[in-house]
Amino acid sequence: MALLELKNVTKNYNNECCALDNVSFSVDKGEFVSIIGPSGAGKSTLLRCINRMVEASSGEISVDGVISSSLSKKKLRKLRTKIGMIFQHYNLVDRLTVIENVLHGRLGYKSTLAGVLGRYNQEEKSQAYRIIEILGLNEQIYKRCDQLSGGQKQRVGIARALVQNPKIILCDEPIASLDPNASKIIMDHLRNISKEMGITIIVNLHQVEVALKYSDRIIGVNRGKVVFDGAPCDLTTRQIRDIYGSESEDLIFELGERHAG
Amino acid sequence: MRDDIFTKRRNGNLVFFLALLILSVGSIIITEYDVIKGFTSITKAVIWGGSNFYPDAESLRILPEIFPKLQETVLMSIAATTVAAVLALVLSLAGSQTTRINRIFSIVSRGIASLFRNIPIVAWAMVLMISFSQSPLTGYLAIFFGSLGFLTRAFMETIDEVGNNSIEALQATGASYFHIIFQAVLPASMPQMISWLLYMIETNIRDATLVGVLTGTGIGFSFDLYYKRFDYHAASLVVLLIVITVIVIELVSNNVRRVIL
Repeated sequence: MALLELKNVTKNYNNECCALDNVSFSVDKGEFVSIIGPSGAGKSTLLRCINRMVEASSGEISVDGVISSSLSKKKLRKLRTKIGMIFQHYNLVDRLTVIENVLHGRLGYKSTLAGVLGRYNQEEKSQAYRIIEILGLNEQIYKRCDQLSGGQKQRVGIARALVQNPKIILCDEPIASLDPNASKIIMDHLRNISKEMGITIIVNLHQVEVALKYSDRIIGVNRGKVVFDGAPCDLTTRQIRDIYGSESEDLIFELGERHAG
Repeated sequence: MRDDIFTKRRNGNLVFFLALLILSVGSIIITEYDVIKGFTSITKAVIWGGSNFYPDAESLRILPEIFPKLQETVLMSIAATTVAAVLALVLSLAGSQTTRINRIFSIVSRGIASLFRNIPIVAWAMVLMISFSQSPLTGYLAIFFGSLGFLTRAFMETIDEVGNNSIEALQATGASYFHIIFQAVLPASMPQMISWLLYMIETNIRDATLVGVLTGTGIGFSFDLYYKRFDYHAASLVVLLIVITVIVIELVSNNVRRVIL
């Protein structure tokens, strides 16, 4: 059975049609899926409907066999622990250290009091250390996050998601504020996570060439509709034009380059 | 078209300054304020102050009397301000856009904040004097209410400034409301809040002197007493002590600020 399944998901903001229009797809364990599309196409909304940070207006979403729309507050918290999320602006608590931010990923498993006091057990701490080491942040572990570079901050974001022991990680424009170097490091880490840990990665991207290079599968969204769903090698110039509209001259060039190389 | 904008702006400025001029000349005429006499009498006041309003050797005898009074005023201000800060923290969490539980709580706490903020401390003291007569409690409560309004407002802005990003991230991990408050909102906004608290303590020590004149307690009352007895040397000693105290408190809190920010 698919790990994540969306059936006819629709979202309207303020009764206006339609941030998402009848979106259906399913994603398997360990898949690396990129969602591409122009700004305002509904990529962020789509991602946030999966962990119910945004409530879908209609349709059904099931994560790991659990239908999310009908869950109580407590069960929704439990479901969210299985879904990590990383953000364009990293969304860390800047005044806290790397290790503290990473351990925030464990809060979903905590009772109110333990979470409020920030009490983490030895196992959780050593897991956090291990993940920080994998992401190459050993030297920054006790640094405050406002002293880190963008790429380092994003790796802290990834660590916070990983420490949740998630089945899925949702990435909302993870490299949109990073330079090419840092972007490559982040994308490589995400690919390793999906290949080696078997965690499903769903990532919103602006860069088509990055999506082509890293994904197992690409979903193209325009005006809330899925207009392409398939392997990167099946993505043709015509389909890119469908996704982005007529202003896709540059993108076509990049696609040509891929075929050349 | 472009000329039009510049002419408009110039005319607007002209009208504004003309209105200001009419307003100030009008007020001078209506109140029969003699501008020249007003300024020349400043020198007279300085001369009088220089020859009478200074502490002499004899006035030092009152030191043992006024030190406990000074201490009372300072400690009462600190007590009133810190207790007000605790309550203001709760109100500001309920009132802030990012951490509010629902609209009604938010409106109520914003309402309390602006009501208490917009009544001057001196007015509070006078109103409270009816219930509590001339006692330290009156002064304590006056400062408490005044600080509560101001601090709630300041804390609310601080929380709003911290913003939604880290809150969103923690929600996505499955953290509960109180987890988010204690692990993200408070760590991020605490230094700014402490800075506001220190500022409030500084102003309150100054205001407490004035309130003391009204309520007949603390250092303000001592000043009032000596002044009305025409013991200008003693009165000036009181003023000098207040100035020194305020400067010392300001230096201390500046140092604290430098460490925490």
